[in-house]
Amino acid sequence: MIIQEVLGGLTLGSIYALVALGFVLIYKTTEVINFAQGEFMTLGAFISFSLITSIKLNILLAIPITLILTFIFGILLDRLLLRKLVGEEAFALVMVTIGISIGMRSLIGMIWTYDTLSFPQIFSKNPIRMLGIITTPLQIGIIATTIAAVALLYIFFKYTRVGIAMQATAQNQLGSYLMGVNVERIFGLVWGISCMAAAIAGILLAPIIFLNHNMGFIGIKAFPAAIIGGFGSIPGAVVGGLILGVSESMAGIYLPTGFKDVFASLILLIVLMIRPGGIFGIQEKKRV
Amino acid sequence: MRFKMRRNYEDDVALFKWKSTFLFYSFLFLILITLPLFSNSYIIYILNLIGIYTIVSLGLQILTGYTGLISLGHVAFFAIGAYSSAYLTSTLKLSFWVSLPISGMITCVIGFIVGIPALRMRGLYLAIATMAFSFIIEQIILQWEGVTNGVRGITLTRPTLGLISFRSDYVYYYLILSIALLLTMGIRNLLRSPMGRALIAIRDSEIAAQVMGIHLGRYKIIAFGMSAFYTGIAGCLFGHFMKYIGPENFTLLDSIGFIVMILIGGLGTLQGAVLGSVFVTFLPEFIRLIKDFFPSIIKEQSGIQPLVYALILIFFIIYEPHGIYGRWLKLKFYFEMFPYYKKDTFRRERKFYKSERSR
Repeated sequence: MIIQEVLGGLTLGSIYALVALGFVLIYKTTEVINFAQGEFMTLGAFISFSLITSIKLNILLAIPITLILTFIFGILLDRLLLRKLVGEEAFALVMVTIGISIGMRSLIGMIWTYDTLSFPQIFSKNPIRMLGIITTPLQIGIIATTIAAVALLYIFFKYTRVGIAMQATAQNQLGSYLMGVNVERIFGLVWGISCMAAAIAGILLAPIIFLNHNMGFIGIKAFPAAIIGGFGSIPGAVVGGLILGVSESMAGIYLPTGFKDVFASLILLIVLMIRPGGIFGIQEKKRV
Repeated sequence: MRFKMRRNYEDDVALFKWKSTFLFYSFLFLILITLPLFSNSYIIYILNLIGIYTIVSLGLQILTGYTGLISLGHVAFFAIGAYSSAYLTSTLKLSFWVSLPISGMITCVIGFIVGIPALRMRGLYLAIATMAFSFIIEQIILQWEGVTNGVRGITLTRPTLGLISFRSDYVYYYLILSIALLLTMGIRNLLRSPMGRALIAIRDSEIAAQVMGIHLGRYKIIAFGMSAFYTGIAGCLFGHFMKYIGPENFTLLDSIGFIVMILIGGLGTLQGAVLGSVFVTFLPEFIRLIKDFFPSIIKEQSGIQPLVYALILIFFIIYEPHGIYGRWLKLKFYFEMFPYYKKDTFRRERKFYKSERSR
């Protein structure tokens, strides 16, 4: 029983992890806290929905095309809007991303629909027995996809030139600029990659909770995941997402009603009270 | 350019620096008093809302505009003000005139309590923490049925004072107007006092303020408490104005709306708080008005309002970061300095290094 709940928590947690990963990527490199991450997720889910149901593409073909389209969307967003604001106060940038999120939500509603749609099933929902646990291919598929995406990102950051340049930019923008890194291009790529990560999360989430223009609210619930992980650490975000997913489903069983919905917020407040820099966060020194 | 000769200390802390400012605001006051005479029942409804949102913006201005602490969860204080007054008047049968200050005080105390853990958080962490706080309050409202009546909400009544009944929107307007004016004077006086200057110092540089002997913790908590007090009073007025409150009145979008008000009006100015709430409250009506001039493909879209809202927000941050009041100041400056106005006078300083993390 408990193991099954943990598995369910891990499933939701891996989606949180993917969204939180997007937050962290953008924050680390560009110092923007992106409130529109949840809407990127919705966008990805809706694009793939259209590709699968209207253009009748095969799912295996539709998903890469969705990822490419959302990647381009992220780059365009950076080029057209956020580049104008590089170096502004963090507060102004946050408000811009909130504006993007409100705008995207209503645009998605206008372009597609305000109704709730059911997303085509990628993985089957029929329960199977594995190692004495009852599970579904959907849960395993979500967890496996997340592991694969995180592993790919890890390899990308560790072994490619662009990935290393991104790490350098995250550490010191001016320094990497002086070393010949094209910081502007890196910013664009980072927005594209986080948009892509969010799109994967959206495609994985849509079969569970149905497709709706408001499903981006999950993005706000992934904030605690990123904060538990310390907002600046990618492994932290993944672990934070998993912790959040599992503890939320535990709260659903053992605590009175209502706790499940705010459990993420409670964890967030407690973590921030005890360790304002997050559990995995690097404590930064104050400089005058 | 006008220069003021200061002959004594009173000149230095005068409420109105120039006689013309005094005349302008007295004129404005006269207009505000006579406004209900020229408005129909719909406009007076909007005016009442503007009054309430002005009080909220003033409260948020103390916290975000003057002290530099960003709150994305101010709707929680708004809700606490509204619900405590609802509980006090309907269940405990207290008079509105008692419940108004008490609900303000309850919100203020909760503001203090929220302020204490907030001391450890900086910048955007605080914004996210306040957002989490507002989610928790939202859930408490839903679950604590004994007090809040859950999803069904509570009905409230308009107050009476002696022979005057505030049942009509036209009369209630004067109640809101007088409280809003009183609270505006309160902030104006606060800003002239050492405490107001301490808050501004904290906003500009925490470390410099600390070096000057300002107790950061104390002043931040006071800022939280005062801001919560204002918002709570506004929430109480809102509840009795709408005559019904439910959880759907207090969502994250409302919190964002409050921030947008002070941002569009002008961060860190009282005039900005007023202008912002006027602008944001009139915006939906304005959109409804101009919608008829567009082709039907745009007109029939249902989500046009949030889209315009978002576009205006982004436009203001990119092109008019000082808000409406900032534009007015620039305009005034242009004519005062004519023909010596330089475009770069109001240029913002951009920081191309890790600013937020190492502060």
